[in-house]
Amino acid sequence: MAGLYIHIPFCKQACTYCDFHFSTTFEAYRKEMIDGIIKEIVSRKATFTKEEITTIYFGGGTPSLLLESELNAIITAVYTNYSICESPEITLEANPDDINDLVLAQWKKNKVNRLSIGVQSFDNEDLAWMNRAHRSEEAIRAIELAKKMDFQLTVDLIYGLPNSNLEKLEKNLSKLVTLAPEHISCYCLTVEEKTVLHHQQKNNLVKLPEEDHQAEQFLFVVSYLEKAGYIQYEISNFAKDGHYAQHNSNYWKMVPYIGVGPSAHSFISPKRRWNISSNRKYLQQLEKNELYFEEEALTEKDLWNEAVMTGLRTIWGFDLANWETKTKIPEAFYKQLNNFISAGWIIEENGKIILTQQGKLRADYISGELFQL
Amino acid sequence: MKHIRNFCIIAHIDHGKSTLADRLLQTTGTISDREMKEQALDDMDIERERGITIKSHAIQMDYTHEGQQYTLNLIDTPGHVDFSYEVSRSIAACEGALLIVDASQGIEAQTISNLYLALEHDLEIIPILNKMDLPGAEPEAVTDQIVDLIGCSPDDVIPASGKTGLGVDQILTAIIDRIPYPKGDVDAPLQAMIFDSVFNPFRGVIAYYRILNGSLTKGEKVKFVNTGKTYDADEIGILKMDLVPKKKVAAGDVGYIISGIKQAKEVKVGDTITSAANPCKEAVKGFEDVKPMVFAGIYPVDTDDFEELRYSMEKLQLNDSSLIFEPESSAALGFGFRCGFLGMLHMEIIQERLEREFNMTVITTVPNVSYQTYMRKDPTTCIIVNNPSELPDPSSVEYIEEPYIKAQVITKSEYIGQVMTLCIEKRGELKNQVYLTQDRVEITFEMPLAEIVFDFYDRLKSVSRGYASFDYFPIGYKKSDLVKLDVLLNAEQVDALSALVHRSNAFDLGKKICIKLKELIPRQQFEIPIQAAIGAKVIARETIKALRKDVTAKCYGGDISRKRKLLEKQKQGKKRMRQVGRVEVPQEAFLAVLKLND
Repeated sequence: MAGLYIHIPFCKQACTYCDFHFSTTFEAYRKEMIDGIIKEIVSRKATFTKEEITTIYFGGGTPSLLLESELNAIITAVYTNYSICESPEITLEANPDDINDLVLAQWKKNKVNRLSIGVQSFDNEDLAWMNRAHRSEEAIRAIELAKKMDFQLTVDLIYGLPNSNLEKLEKNLSKLVTLAPEHISCYCLTVEEKTVLHHQQKNNLVKLPEEDHQAEQFLFVVSYLEKAGYIQYEISNFAKDGHYAQHNSNYWKMVPYIGVGPSAHSFISPKRRWNISSNRKYLQQLEKNELYFEEEALTEKDLWNEAVMTGLRTIWGFDLANWETKTKIPEAFYKQLNNFISAGWIIEENGKIILTQQGKLRADYISGELFQL
Repeated sequence: MKHIRNFCIIAHIDHGKSTLADRLLQTTGTISDREMKEQALDDMDIERERGITIKSHAIQMDYTHEGQQYTLNLIDTPGHVDFSYEVSRSIAACEGALLIVDASQGIEAQTISNLYLALEHDLEIIPILNKMDLPGAEPEAVTDQIVDLIGCSPDDVIPASGKTGLGVDQILTAIIDRIPYPKGDVDAPLQAMIFDSVFNPFRGVIAYYRILNGSLTKGEKVKFVNTGKTYDADEIGILKMDLVPKKKVAAGDVGYIISGIKQAKEVKVGDTITSAANPCKEAVKGFEDVKPMVFAGIYPVDTDDFEELRYSMEKLQLNDSSLIFEPESSAALGFGFRCGFLGMLHMEIIQERLEREFNMTVITTVPNVSYQTYMRKDPTTCIIVNNPSELPDPSSVEYIEEPYIKAQVITKSEYIGQVMTLCIEKRGELKNQVYLTQDRVEITFEMPLAEIVFDFYDRLKSVSRGYASFDYFPIGYKKSDLVKLDVLLNAEQVDALSALVHRSNAFDLGKKICIKLKELIPRQQFEIPIQAAIGAKVIARETIKALRKDVTAKCYGGDISRKRKLLEKQKQGKKRMRQVGRVEVPQEAFLAVLKLND
């Protein structure tokens, strides 16, 4: 089992909160970029000798900007050079304004079977504030079209915006639940460094809700979606039974994956690798056949820390019993663990430790405390 | 002896003392251009980084003037009020002093007090206007200040620049022409004064001295008068860039002695070295045992490191005899040491050296001065309190006395109002006010030493936009209405945060301390009340809210190691925190009271 991530570093316009890697002025070198990505795909074909690729994920940026010829060239390169399982999950991130019958058919033809639609909100004011390229109506239409074409669907929603409240949130959720995608990712707005939003916040141009309100909205989202039949299988991810995102779940289960394209990350235990973030430099280095990535080998402690951090975010928890069989765990860990258990933030179940809802609200704090240094 | 000149340098921090000294070393060929690094005389990293001299240094230069060879001994002096006793001994070892004044800044408070010290010892003063290359230089005005102060002729003032080398030859000539040669009797019994010592891990303590009378021969038995100990002069010599061994060092000269001494405290600055066989009649005057002025607890962040901390402190004491310490225990912090320092800078330096040289992470508690307590039962005996938590029950105390200082501040006249307000707020009493020039004023206050421990320097700098300089000396103890201000975290008293403060300031301070702690202590699993109290009475309260939400929204491929590293870094930072009761308190919170106005 292994994953393949393909980063498409293009966007029509920049959303104010986004810190992913992309460029909005790409027409001049888009062919070069697609060739580059394909070159990387081909050059890394020897990575997996036994493993089959079970998931492919087109992320970005905005993969829905790919022309059919480009998508086809990439998919062909993947299928020619890698061993792909019988029925892989192939996801493509798409903006609502890029979705129409024609492209849906093209994607289908190129084996894409799952779409991740960046809806973010059904409120046009919110969408304008985020500098999104689409409007609410377009999002609804896009979801309906995609459903009709039998795509598996996941929809992104953002909460915790300035001036948000439970009433507005409920409207958004109820609209979404009516449209009934199999999977929902629901993120609390986070201010990342080097974004427009960060700048706005620093200069007091926007005021995000108080922490108490963010926490309240988080709990509201969880209970609303659970009532609607969605299982919270990761802090920000909800799915109807049997529709968990395989590709993303594998990140949290430490399944190996290759990431191609500028800024993409790869993990083949114990090594993590990350490609150069700059589009220009990535292409230059590839062209010269020189290093286009950095790499680090995780130590036993790094692996523990990552397993704690990712495991605790999920419904599967952190597999303590398994770690106990292979390594000696320091006393301090158990002391903290018991502290969190008595605080009602963690429960232990069949050798796994799992966060409660109150624990999920403080997942970063808790995992930090359970780290080894 | 006629061809020896001994001199020191008096200058304010940043007035270019070290750069000019380096220039003298270069011109006399004592140091080659290749060996030259910035501020050759300052050995310790901390000295170079802070641009100040902590230890004294001495160096001998050879210079030929009008066909005659001369020996010039430069004794570099510490540049901070904490080390004023060392300065006085260095001055006592010289016949002359270079008074270096920044031509754009004018004379500062500390320069004046050291200058007076030099005049008391009848030193010949050679005034130098440094940094003449700067566009802001005001040679006329600053020359007037100097003339007013020492009563010299304006022609005696030498314009110079350590940067361009201007005036260096003129200074060397002036040293030879104006500074008197040392007087002493070479045939008399040995009488030498120690003005500094350094610790060398391989050779033990190396003492620096000036011979006043007689001579010192390699191998002879010597006696240190004040400690009463006798040693063999294993190696003696003079100080160039390195130690230069000699068979004999005679009256008038400056040299070093190595005699297998392992501990710095056996070598006291100001002590007299004489011959064991043929001792001098009198010791050199002016010897004092240096007394610590400021006390604070030093604790390991990790309680297991107590023994290692003791080892490090002992090592530090080997080359810093002014550091004193004894074990103490604190309910909040466990086992540590109560330490005495010469002043606040000395305290900071010790903490920094523990971290840098010994890799110890320590907590320094709120510093305090030494109080004298008189009890109801027996008002004639005084109990010395060096730690607020040792203060006897207030109901049994007749009265408390605290140390006072005379403080001199020199500032631009436009800031006089703000400076006065600050000094009065700090319980200062105005004693004198003199205009040095039209726009420079010297203000003299009497105030409690404790007030300069609490956040004085930084505020003085900020109210005067950096244009005030400050010096002080102790003037004895005075009765004071003091109360013990306690701090409670999560309802538990933290003795390491207690302070003795004047009753009139207690409410204001209590409130500020609570606010500052709220800022510095990170949110934790539970709500943490912070209270300030006098006895059982709570006078201020703040609350740190419990951690409500701390979770990243997205954690996919690339986020994982980035997030892990971030959380690891935070956890690393927590290792520098100390668990007090259930609360994790960062190291810097213990010194919070010193920076209440940041």
